[in-house]
Amino acid sequence: MKNKSLVSITDYTREEHIQILNLAAEFEKHPIQKILEGTVVATLFFEPSTRTRLSFESAASRLGAKVIGFSDSASSSVQKGESLRDTIMTVSNYADIIVMRHPKEGSARFASEVAAVPVINAGDGSNQHPTQTLLDMYSIRKTQGKLDDLNIAFVGDLKYGRTVHSLVMALCNYNTTFHLVSPNDLKLPSSVKIHIKDKNLHYYQYTELVDVIPKVDVLYMTRIQKERFSDPIDYERVKNSYILKNHMLDTSKPNLKIMHPLPRVNEITIDVDKNPKAYYFEQALNGVFVRQALLASILGVK
Amino acid sequence: MKKDETGKELQVSAIENGTVIDHIPCESVFQVIKILGLNEVEDQVLFGTNLESQKMGKKGIIKVSNKFFEPDEINKIALVAPTATLIVIRNFRVADKKKVEIPDSIEKIVKCFNPNCITNNENVTTRFFVIDKQDLRLKCHYCEKITAKDNIWFY
Repeated sequence: MKNKSLVSITDYTREEHIQILNLAAEFEKHPIQKILEGTVVATLFFEPSTRTRLSFESAASRLGAKVIGFSDSASSSVQKGESLRDTIMTVSNYADIIVMRHPKEGSARFASEVAAVPVINAGDGSNQHPTQTLLDMYSIRKTQGKLDDLNIAFVGDLKYGRTVHSLVMALCNYNTTFHLVSPNDLKLPSSVKIHIKDKNLHYYQYTELVDVIPKVDVLYMTRIQKERFSDPIDYERVKNSYILKNHMLDTSKPNLKIMHPLPRVNEITIDVDKNPKAYYFEQALNGVFVRQALLASILGVK
Repeated sequence: MKKDETGKELQVSAIENGTVIDHIPCESVFQVIKILGLNEVEDQVLFGTNLESQKMGKKGIIKVSNKFFEPDEINKIALVAPTATLIVIRNFRVADKKKVEIPDSIEKIVKCFNPNCITNNENVTTRFFVIDKQDLRLKCHYCEKITAKDNIWFY
């Protein structure tokens, strides 16, 4: 994986995904390893993010690398009208690797083509978020003991949720049965569904969350944003049917884990947090180990 | 009116050497000219549209002197003119005849339908993978969204 950009989850093979997960497990045991001393990691966040940026910066620090970058395009040269091409080419001169988030879809692919150094996509519009996917896979494997043959439900905004798109695509390598729960307006797009169909895997679509809870091993919740609806009345009508409350878990399987890419707004009520099936905060911690594994692999020190 | 080698009347004059693109859907003639950049060639270009055709009812035809296309170049027009036939003329005679084929990937000519795609926001050359040749579905190399037949726009 040395020098290989990670833009889309499918850029890496199934074997490479597993290598990253195995390496992440190693970092979980020994998180502080100063193997990237003298290396510079650029984090270019053209769009604000707390979790992803901080976990990348934490991962880089634990490996001894220095971090440069910006957390908002308002504080960068984009404000002066600089093109993405020029920003990336310039930063390529200052850093050994670029981690970027950008509001436009395809921006990371484009950056990886113009940059002289490898690029890690930390989210490009509604398209892809592969590092989140790897940490989700890590979390699934850690809690379920395997990735194969699981029943996984995706709940909420499946249309614009990039974490959902990337994870669905990755799980197509593992004989997953997909349970897709969303309002009609926010169904999984055909460009993603095509991957499920290509592998002849089963998927079921629902509009009610309660129907799916007893069937699955992982419940992957996402936030439904009001602005995604063309008609605000539609939003009001559906918003309550996708809220997970603790009592709804009574019928769930013992091995069920609830995951969420965070930030959560109200789609999981606070009383779920104490349930041992809630896993979203540990999931966020796993992100640091996975990002350590990615930085170390791409920079060629592991 | 001039006649061709079989004695049939020609509605568009014959060329000595070059390429004839026949059986173009009428509405696509100008698009084909644009895609192939024929508005910029130095040699003679003849074209006709709304011509009678036994096969198609009405058709368009383009004749380009002294120009022989590479398959990659000519196959671009398959998006707008899937029925087109390509006839290579040498010394007024048919030297080769073939159908156009939809290519596996397409560069430059098509616009991504996703307004939030980087190619619609920066100076980036578009690139698509043809994921369905029958129904014509193009997957953007950048934003990974699928542009379907009805949404295909040309630059």
